[in-house]
Amino acid sequence: MKYAYFPGCKIPYYVPQYGAATKAVFKALDIQLADVEFNCCGYPVRHLSQHTYVLSSARNLALAEREGCGIITPCKCCFGSLKKAEYLLKESKELKEDVNRILSRDGLKYEGTFETKHILSTLYHEVGTKELKSRVVKPFTKLNIATHYGCHALRPSAVTQFDDPMDPKIFDQLVEVTGAKSVPWALKLECCGNPLWNKNETLARSLTRRKLEDGMNAGADYLCVSCTYCQIQFDTVQSDMLSASGNGARSLPSLLYPQLLGVSMGLDEKALGIHQNILQGPGVLNFVAPPPPTEES
Amino acid sequence: MNTDTFFSAGLYISLAVFGVGLLYKVFTWFRNDVAGTSQTTGQRVGAFIKGFFATIFSPRIGGLLKSFILDGLLQLRVLRDSPTRWVMHMCIYAGFMLLLLMHAMDSIITSKIFSDYASTLNPFMFLRNLFGALVIIGVIIALVRRSKMKVLRRISVGMDRYAIIILAVIMLSGVGLEAVKILSESRFNYMVENYAALDDEEVLPLKAYWAKEFDVVFSEPVPVDDEMMVEQGKGEHDISCAYCHSKPTSAFMSYAVAQAIKPAAPGISSQSVERGLWYLHILACFLGLAYLPFSKFIHIFTGPLSLMANEVMDPKTSDPANWATKQALELDACMHCGTCSSRCSVGISFEDIPNMAIYPSEKLALLRKFTKGKDLSPSELSLLREGNSICTRCMRCTDVCPVGINLQDLWLKLKEKLDRKGYPEAFSFARNAVEAEQRAKPAEEEIRFVPGGDGFEKNFNLSTQAHTFSQCFTCQTCTNVCPVVASYENPQEELGLLPHQIMHSLRFGLREKTASCGMTWQCVTCYMCQEHCPQGVKVTDILYELRNMGYSHVTKNGTGAQASV
Repeated sequence: MKYAYFPGCKIPYYVPQYGAATKAVFKALDIQLADVEFNCCGYPVRHLSQHTYVLSSARNLALAEREGCGIITPCKCCFGSLKKAEYLLKESKELKEDVNRILSRDGLKYEGTFETKHILSTLYHEVGTKELKSRVVKPFTKLNIATHYGCHALRPSAVTQFDDPMDPKIFDQLVEVTGAKSVPWALKLECCGNPLWNKNETLARSLTRRKLEDGMNAGADYLCVSCTYCQIQFDTVQSDMLSASGNGARSLPSLLYPQLLGVSMGLDEKALGIHQNILQGPGVLNFVAPPPPTEES
Repeated sequence: MNTDTFFSAGLYISLAVFGVGLLYKVFTWFRNDVAGTSQTTGQRVGAFIKGFFATIFSPRIGGLLKSFILDGLLQLRVLRDSPTRWVMHMCIYAGFMLLLLMHAMDSIITSKIFSDYASTLNPFMFLRNLFGALVIIGVIIALVRRSKMKVLRRISVGMDRYAIIILAVIMLSGVGLEAVKILSESRFNYMVENYAALDDEEVLPLKAYWAKEFDVVFSEPVPVDDEMMVEQGKGEHDISCAYCHSKPTSAFMSYAVAQAIKPAAPGISSQSVERGLWYLHILACFLGLAYLPFSKFIHIFTGPLSLMANEVMDPKTSDPANWATKQALELDACMHCGTCSSRCSVGISFEDIPNMAIYPSEKLALLRKFTKGKDLSPSELSLLREGNSICTRCMRCTDVCPVGINLQDLWLKLKEKLDRKGYPEAFSFARNAVEAEQRAKPAEEEIRFVPGGDGFEKNFNLSTQAHTFSQCFTCQTCTNVCPVVASYENPQEELGLLPHQIMHSLRFGLREKTASCGMTWQCVTCYMCQEHCPQGVKVTDILYELRNMGYSHVTKNGTGAQASV
């Protein structure tokens, strides 16, 4: 299996551990991730110009086609943007022609050969929970995880085709593969608040706070996310919110899914960048089940 | 004025301009401030001295040396970006430096090391041509890259052309001068008079030998076919000339030019042409020297300095005064090579939004102007705002910059600078501008009953999505699932229109009212509304379209005019 790896703009500087953990897990699973120098998916510029956004996404899709494979991305906002662009380019012949006219300046052409994947969809559909389970050597016990689905993978479902938008299961099953328990919580499918960062930070924080409180009340030890922006919100922004609110404030630290899976697969936690998460919480390694007693003891 | 006086005067004047220019530049690094910290020049010089000694007497000296050798001298960062570019840069840089040391400074360097040095003797004559050829190859690659590569072609400005022109003039005039000298009869006569004690009769054999073997073109016929005569000339040559002259074929470039112009030699080998080329060559060199501190050539100093500074400095631990000095230096370290712009993550946006400030190299040029305290025009500030807003801070420009400029941090500082100047990010700017415009309007103007929306969905980029608002039957599902609406005690007051009201208003063509209401700009894009809509209205996508419309409205003609930075 080979994919063109699309880290997006934020991983290299803001969440390098997400890139490292994704690469480590995929290497262990023997899935080849080709490094291609992509451009931005267009998600941030979409507020200013939809056309510029579609053009940006289309260039990436064309670059991957030149590499001979589809895109895989760990970021749900990149995923949603690329999927939406694929959808629009399929829907409108004129748009596709127009975009290809511009791409031809770089000697590129978008045909629509491949479908963009999110790492969770590949892990679930291509690798499968059975295979993943067989790779788990250090299962967790008594680890309660609140899975955060992430808006831009889940919705609009007609475009992203990620999972059932009203009752999704993929992420919970992937989390439970590791031995952790996915706890039910009311705001599981709601927004993390990050899209309003730099735009209306008060509202962004209030959305984040609401989710965090709901997750804590559900008895979660950790949030688990699989999106760059959600992690920025739940790790970087939550930590800033905690320092602003002083000592004693409750927190709900967030883990990136490849970190959770990687630990249970026995990968080196340094390589998974767990130390780079700002909020460490109770320490995920403490939930690893002790090895079964040997016969002598 | 004789040539010696001209040479000395020119050299001292250009050296003085070079020295004063360089000192002035160094001074501005301690004065200019991107971030707007409040240290004085004196405090910054003090902080620099302290930091400098603290670094060189610490293990970090290793980092300094490593970056100087690997990235400064061997240009490994350039090699990583593009091997062609590395060849180009190495040709120009190595060729030019060697010419400078061996040829231009021969009286102070080469003749001191080699006691038998003569510029017309091998290996020096051959090497001079070899080094010159390297520079010329490099300049040709540079010209091809600048004209063939899309982004480089777009960003190239006068500064880039002058640099190439000066280099080309120095090289070509040098080659031309040597070619003319090879052919020159007057040069031959001058040398015979000064270095060989020969009477008129003895000169003829030497002429025959030099015409045959050294390609000098004489105005009077010379017996080159008379073997005896040539043989005699060789004897005289061995006594008087050979210790200073190798055969001109070793000067392979000049020799080739000499062969090409030989038929016209009697005309062009006159003293005036030779002198003209000499003046051109010397003037171009002096001009290059004097212009250096003010041109992109200054990167021969600032490049290694920027690389070394960034190797040992860190925004979290370094003295802010030194960080400010480093950033001022970085603005002068950019040699406008275009690597950042060619590889920019959002460079593709330029195809749609022709704003040069999207490209990092051009944004830096405007930031340099901004930092020097020059007033930027409102349109330049708007372009900077848009360029810096489209930038995603992905760090790639910083990773690929051949002189190691921390561009990422410059963009963060630029954002703060623009905020202070009243030019907030594009999104906030557009939101505030459309809201203000709407508030200023008399209330009755808001209602325009044009069912079907006045055909205005044509204004939507992607109308297949947008026209769905007409299916709305105002069931309010969108509003009920919206987390933004749920965040407010009194959402109507905070958001102006609620999602279902926006969809409904669109059916009446209330373009301005919907594009300016709070809900449109506070949408968190979670797609809850769109997913839940029983009528298939693309609510979230329509809000995106409304923001696009608002932005293009407040930036008037599209999203920004062509900028000439």
